[in-house]
Amino acid sequence: MPYKIIGDTIPKPLTGAPGDPVRGRALVVARTTTCILCHSGPFPEVKFQGDLAPDLTGTGNWWSAGQLRLRLVDASRYNPQTIMPSYYRNDGLVRVGRNFAGKPILSAAEIEDIVAFLVTLRD
Amino acid sequence: MIFGRAIAATILLVVAPALLAGEIPPDARRSGYSFMGPDTRAMQDDDTSNPGMLFVLDGEALWAKKTGNLDKACADCHGDATTSMKGVAARYPAFDKALARPVTLDQRINLCRTNHQQAAALPYESRDLLALSAFIAHQSRGVAITAGDDPELKPFVAQGRDLFMQREGQLNLACTSCHDDNFDKRLAGAPITQGQPTGYPLYRLEWQTLGSIERRLRSCMTGVRAQAYDYGSPELVALELFLMSRARGMPMEAPAVRP
Ligand code: HEC
Ligand code: HEC
Repeated sequence: MPYKIIGDTIPKPLTGAPGDPVRGRALVVARTTTCILCHSGPFPEVKFQGDLAPDLTGTGNWWSAGQLRLRLVDASRYNPQTIMPSYYRNDGLVRVGRNFAGKPILSAAEIEDIVAFLVTLRD
Repeated sequence: MIFGRAIAATILLVVAPALLAGEIPPDARRSGYSFMGPDTRAMQDDDTSNPGMLFVLDGEALWAKKTGNLDKACADCHGDATTSMKGVAARYPAFDKALARPVTLDQRINLCRTNHQQAAALPYESRDLLALSAFIAHQSRGVAITAGDDPELKPFVAQGRDLFMQREGQLNLACTSCHDDNFDKRLAGAPITQGQPTGYPLYRLEWQTLGSIERRLRSCMTGVRAQAYDYGSPELVALELFLMSRARGMPMEAPAVRP
């Protein structure tokens, strides 16, 4: 899915259908999505969360949907040294495991679901 | 914390030019042991509760057992392991002149089997290979690591360091991202250590068995969704060698226990 970066955002959704925040929340708290390996957040039911990365509480206060979309698609656009994986990229990677080769970590629809959820994280 | 370490590393650069930014200064190095809870520490400390010691006992029996076409035991060539094998594991992987490359302790054991006993090589992670390597490594408990000192190993240590620094896998993380830059933080609730190699082979509660350092490195690679290198591959040997040289001077603690 092609996308266009404008400033520090991807203003247009990656899909035609709007993201679903409920599905987005479920994705963020699922270990296999990997977010909570590094991040913590307002997820009282998740026992084991990470602290390699900022707490996601209040994310919607300071970031727009377009900024969050770019952050998820390719966080290295914000910070070239970041350890946060680029969730919608499948080039420039080294020795990707056979089961994962040629695929981005998340689909366009999954990214939209997560963005739709993250913007709801407001105090 | 990261800044503190970066400053410390900068100061250290003046005296130790080999250290890259982000690498851990010698006096800040800590074994995985220091990241564990009291129960797991107690399990490692007490030989009667350390499950790795069962492998050491098996290894002791194998050491004395005649095998292969030549019907020879390790002990027939090496005698009493408590003296002949003391400190040996602390300098492995070691440079093998005939092969012109470093070999791990596991590979050395198998070279002895094929060359000097005319016995079949033992498969990686098999009970007998782990038992022999645990028995031999146990003779180095408390001995300071010196692996990598041999000047012939220099290019292989450098290769291991490059591999340690290189991002890889679908998650695009390097060993250094976790074990230099983020140790003491928590990945999904569990502490990340400095990835020191002092305890291998070791008993991991998660594995419910003893495992080699290669098994550990392969699971770190799988964790970042990279294609793990094969057992015994030059890359895994180079990584192990780099880790041992990075731990130079730290005491061996095999067989350790880890969560
Ligand atoms: C390997 C670690 C890692 C993983 C996995 C990870 N992140 Fe991040 N993330 C970071 C780090 C570190 C930062 C801090 C800024 C930076 O380094 O770019 C960050 C920043 C963020 C921010 C901005 C937070 C702020 O307040 O500045 C958001 C939002 C975010 N991540 C969401 C996610 C989501 C959603 C996922 C999963 C789909 C995820 N992250 C997976 C490491 C990670
Ligand atoms: C995403 C984080 C991450 C990356 C990247 C990573 N590891 Fe690990 N590593 C861990 C975790 C978590 C453990 C288990 C807890 C511990 O010992 O740190 C571990 C354990 C280890 C240990 C065992 C330490 C002990 O005390 O027994 C070694 C050695 C190690 N890693 C080396 C490596 C090497 C070499 C690489 C690169 C090929 C690597 N790691 C990549 C997270 C990582």
